[in-house]
Amino acid sequence: MKILVLIKQVPETTDVKIDPVTNTLKREGVQSIINPFDMYAIEEALRIKERLGGGEVVAISMGPPQAKDALAEAISMGCDSAVLLSDRKFAGSDTYATSYTLSQAVRKIGDFKIILCGKQASDGDTAQVGPGISTHLDIPQVTYVKKIEELTPDKARVERMTEEGYDIIEIPLPAVFTVVKEINEPRLPSLKGKMRAKKAEIPVWTAEDISCDEEKIGLDGSPTRVVKVFTPPPREGGQILEGEPEEVARQLAEFLKDVVVG
Amino acid sequence: MSNSANIKIIDEKCTGCTLCVKVCPFGAIEMKDKKAVIDLSKCTLCGACVEACKFEAIILKKSDEKKVDFSLYKDVWVFCEQKKGEIQSISYELLGKGRELADKLGVDLCGILLGDKINDKCQDLIARGADKIYLVESPKLSAYQDEPYTEVLTRLVQKYKPEIVLCGATVIGRSLISRVAVKVRAGLTADCTGLDIDPDEKLLLQTRPAFGGNIMATIITPNTRPQMSTVRHKVMKEMDPSSGRKGEIVKEEFPDDVYLSRSMLLDIVEEVEETINLTEADIIVSGGRGLGAPENFSIIRELALTLNAAVGASRSAVDADWIPYSHQVGQTGKTVCPKLYIACGISGQIQHLIGMKSSDVIVAINKDPDAPIFSVATYGIVEDLFKVVPKLTEHFKKILGK
Repeated sequence: MKILVLIKQVPETTDVKIDPVTNTLKREGVQSIINPFDMYAIEEALRIKERLGGGEVVAISMGPPQAKDALAEAISMGCDSAVLLSDRKFAGSDTYATSYTLSQAVRKIGDFKIILCGKQASDGDTAQVGPGISTHLDIPQVTYVKKIEELTPDKARVERMTEEGYDIIEIPLPAVFTVVKEINEPRLPSLKGKMRAKKAEIPVWTAEDISCDEEKIGLDGSPTRVVKVFTPPPREGGQILEGEPEEVARQLAEFLKDVVVG
Repeated sequence: MSNSANIKIIDEKCTGCTLCVKVCPFGAIEMKDKKAVIDLSKCTLCGACVEACKFEAIILKKSDEKKVDFSLYKDVWVFCEQKKGEIQSISYELLGKGRELADKLGVDLCGILLGDKINDKCQDLIARGADKIYLVESPKLSAYQDEPYTEVLTRLVQKYKPEIVLCGATVIGRSLISRVAVKVRAGLTADCTGLDIDPDEKLLLQTRPAFGGNIMATIITPNTRPQMSTVRHKVMKEMDPSSGRKGEIVKEEFPDDVYLSRSMLLDIVEEVEETINLTEADIIVSGGRGLGAPENFSIIRELALTLNAAVGASRSAVDADWIPYSHQVGQTGKTVCPKLYIACGISGQIQHLIGMKSSDVIVAINKDPDAPIFSVATYGIVEDLFKVVPKLTEHFKKILGK
């Protein structure tokens, strides 16, 4: 069984800070990491392979050349191979163009049973690319998957996290699953994995390699367009209440009276 | 390169002021010989630098812009989410915002309602601001399933051609609308915190946070219709219901194959502990590592019960197995925006702050005066939470007459 994991390289958000003097984004020393939700997707792919006693896990990413680092990390965790989609023509892609481009790569690889993605990326937070891919490929999906209960080569039974609890869904394969944190605990790369990642050849595919319709990729293929980027006004400084616990509790309750009675 | 999108700096106009370097969210601009140079392998063509440059020295070109006639597209639509036949509160919030947008455009606000035997809810949606309801009823639509819902909504959009479609950024909404947007090839912007109409072009201006709220972006959809957005809970204000409002109900029916689903919903499980939905709650009381032990969540629950609030938690409390993941607030948990957020024994790692810092009022109770949580707090108390929280509960009980 071939399992595809789609991952994104993102800035480690902890390091994205606003410079209080210039009120701009400080980028110095920003590390790039695999999107945290995609780590669960990688782990789940590896677990499926182990559970079935065989299979092949292929990691795919779309991004600038340096996104190879993310794919190398995926290999060090245990993915069998990886492909990077990188082309100047992909720049400026919104979720429509991104999901189209990734689905073209998936078509080229072919013969897959499961596509796993994180439920959303930590930099864009849209949760739109996973469902976009299943739609471009015309295969069923389950989003917010928190558990794969049963799995055969033809179908799966999974739990989808909802606001109130979870749904139990049976779905034929091939299918797309986007996963939440609760599904597993990602492993650390092994030493052997790291060695393998170092030696691994990660091919780079361009728009031409995956037969993209140029009208559907990059900025030109993206229906949405960013017209303005700005930093939000910083939160107004707060007030520290001082005194004995009894007194500060009374004060606070008084301040919040309108909100809680509201 | 000549006919595809690109960005360039006109050296003659660049004064080397470095403004563009500072605003670039992707660190793609550097100064070389006192002129800005864009590293195209990092640039995403977001246009932040074009906006910032005071000398019109940066040109972002999209290839041959086509002018399309959108006169056939009108009305503002709101996808009205229902569960077990009950309209979800997010739908009312979207109708409130949708009403404002429809009035600015001078068009109708339409509620889209899919479900089984649910026509008695139409008047409710009209009272909340809708002029028209498109109603699709079938036993196959009683609970949400990706494929039939996608197919029905896609067909409605193709038939009636709305210019704007709003949908909740809920589990259902995000799964559904992403599929519909791809099917009709529309632009979709997630988690908008601001929606407005550009007075000249009549375009929908969609503002949303990115990079965990560290930057905001305004996004438009100039060349396709409809313009689609999702909005999180509690971001928009609902309208007060007015029972006298009149509206039209349009019933739609589709052939059986439209309702086909390859996946099968076997069961809907509600977890007992989740008495109040975190994302919908007006008040959230959260506990963190400072609680020290799982049983100490009882004092958080006590306060929450008094305030009719939901219980939240930091990642470290969840990772320690003190409370289920469904309570986690933050980057890898839920993003919340209540009227009041009370953080008890939470230090306030950036990942947690991302998930709650847009709350109206934030209270932080922590014994470490240097805890980052105080940087976002409206009211801070530097004290042992075990001393303060029970007293706070007592005072609230008095105020609320409990």
